Amino acid sequence: MTTSTLERTSRRPQDPQGPAAGRRRRTRQDWSGYVFLLPWFGGMLFTVVPFLWSLYLSFTDYNLLNPPEFSGLDNIRRMVADTTLHHSLVVTFTYTFVSVPLSLAAALAVAVLLNKGMGGLRIYRSVFYLPSLIGSSVAVVMLWRAIFGANGIVNDVLERFGIATQSWIGSPDTALGVLISLNVWTFGAPMVIFLAALRQVPAAYYEAAALDGASRWRQFRSVTMPLISPVVFFNLVLAIIGSMQTFTQGYVVSNGTGGPSDSTLFYNLYLYQQGFGNFDMGYASAMAWLLLVIIAAFTAINFLAQKYWVHYEN
Amino acid sequence: MRTDERTAPARTGSTSRRVFLRHVLACVLGIVLLYPLLWMLSSSVKPDRLIFSDTGLWPSEFDFSHYVDGWVALDFPFGLYMVNSLIIVVLSIIGNVLSCGMAAFAFARLRFPGRRTFFAVMLGTLMLPAHVLLVPQYVIFSNLGWLNTYLPLVVPAFLASNAFFIFLMVQFMRALPKELDDAARIDGCGSYRTFLYVISPLCVPAFATTAIFTFIWTWNEFFSPLLYLTDPELYTVPLALRQFMNAEGLSSWGQIFAMSTLSLAPVVGFFIAGQKYLVDGIATTGIK
Repeated sequence: MTTSTLERTSRRPQDPQGPAAGRRRRTRQDWSGYVFLLPWFGGMLFTVVPFLWSLYLSFTDYNLLNPPEFSGLDNIRRMVADTTLHHSLVVTFTYTFVSVPLSLAAALAVAVLLNKGMGGLRIYRSVFYLPSLIGSSVAVVMLWRAIFGANGIVNDVLERFGIATQSWIGSPDTALGVLISLNVWTFGAPMVIFLAALRQVPAAYYEAAALDGASRWRQFRSVTMPLISPVVFFNLVLAIIGSMQTFTQGYVVSNGTGGPSDSTLFYNLYLYQQGFGNFDMGYASAMAWLLLVIIAAFTAINFLAQKYWVHYEN
Repeated sequence: MRTDERTAPARTGSTSRRVFLRHVLACVLGIVLLYPLLWMLSSSVKPDRLIFSDTGLWPSEFDFSHYVDGWVALDFPFGLYMVNSLIIVVLSIIGNVLSCGMAAFAFARLRFPGRRTFFAVMLGTLMLPAHVLLVPQYVIFSNLGWLNTYLPLVVPAFLASNAFFIFLMVQFMRALPKELDDAARIDGCGSYRTFLYVISPLCVPAFATTAIFTFIWTWNEFFSPLLYLTDPELYTVPLALRQFMNAEGLSSWGQIFAMSTLSLAPVVGFFIAGQKYLVDGIATTGIK
């Protein structure tokens, strides 16, 4: 900032139009900005219009064939009474609040493990990161189905220990757990971000803590954690928002049914069934808005809770 | 750094043992993480009867017929699905780099009324769950006659609809020295030529990150194709893979693994080739 102002000031005498032109240039507006934003404006049209329209559709009965029919609070009343919807919320919350802490804890632990003085860091980092690129692909979800199926490798290993086996995917008690394990498998993405954050922690802080006799655990708690807490916060917010919108895993593992016994019926899968299975578009829109409100509420809670554990240096 | 050097001589034994332990832990973890993928690869070349009985990674008997049979097991040869996916991927890459690059340049380097507001709106769309837009977008696309075409999958890319990439490029462009723009202006470049000849060439790493992420995400994308493509001739690779599950039941795991391996190979390949851009990209912006 300072340098560019200085340069402009020094350039001013050579400017043929004199000092006034320089002052005008400082507040100069680049109208071409709108040209560069043209595609984005077009995209916003495809975002803002549907956004408001779906809010309207939430209060209608709409099946695609006939025009939407205003139905007041019917959809909301229906959501209050819809036990399948409540169940899909329980599935989604369970998935989110078990797998997000587990994967963030794994990410942080492995990042700390890799952070100090290890050769081959790049290789490890890439190997650990790879699963998060393919974790939601159809191929990997099908692979998980095979691994945790009745004859899968998990059961092969357990049989050797004489543990009674079952199909982990076929049982309503364990099917969601299998998908949680798949989500934890993709801890590499937050890990890479944690690694970058850990590198920003000045070595002198650890030196000072060690001189004061702080143990490694104490150093982690009192030096590392506060300094990387903004990054942990950022990852937590993103991971919760992402997990609440899980779809592919539930769809592929159950062929779109959410089974067995609705145990993998994620909220978005149920929304899809309502909107594109029953063509109940009004209800699907209302469901989408409920999810938006829930996600916004969790994000707001996260931001409010920040002051108890997130430390900002400035 | 200096701390390590100073303390090292005093505790060489315990430090090196500790480093060794870390390596052992990291290796074990790496093997556990990669095991499912290696098992899939190995199962794809085992005879069906051995897939679930022979748990070792090295097949005791090789059988490559799954690749041949799986390739033609569905309505169309698997190559068609890969070409379909590739068409969508290439167009999406071009669209994202172009449109997000332009938007990022406006946000990062130009001053114009409303810039802050637009930028805030853009950040807001980062957090917006896609399903809120789902029903109206579907209605719009179907009224435009775009169902069973690639347009609903490709056009949004040309409209800078992925705020993550805009954000990534804005972060990158902001780090470039301001003097570049001033110098270009003195030399008579308007903002268009500044973008084309000064900023864009310096943003190649950010463009590469965008291209690789677009490739991987679009290649894996399941939901939008599921929604907009119902004609099997237009199916992408994930839709084709899902068909194995429906049509063949659980009898042909070997073929499923063979085609799954083929479908993951380009992603893993791109990842290995573009690791540098990818890992640096997520480290700076935090995208997955």
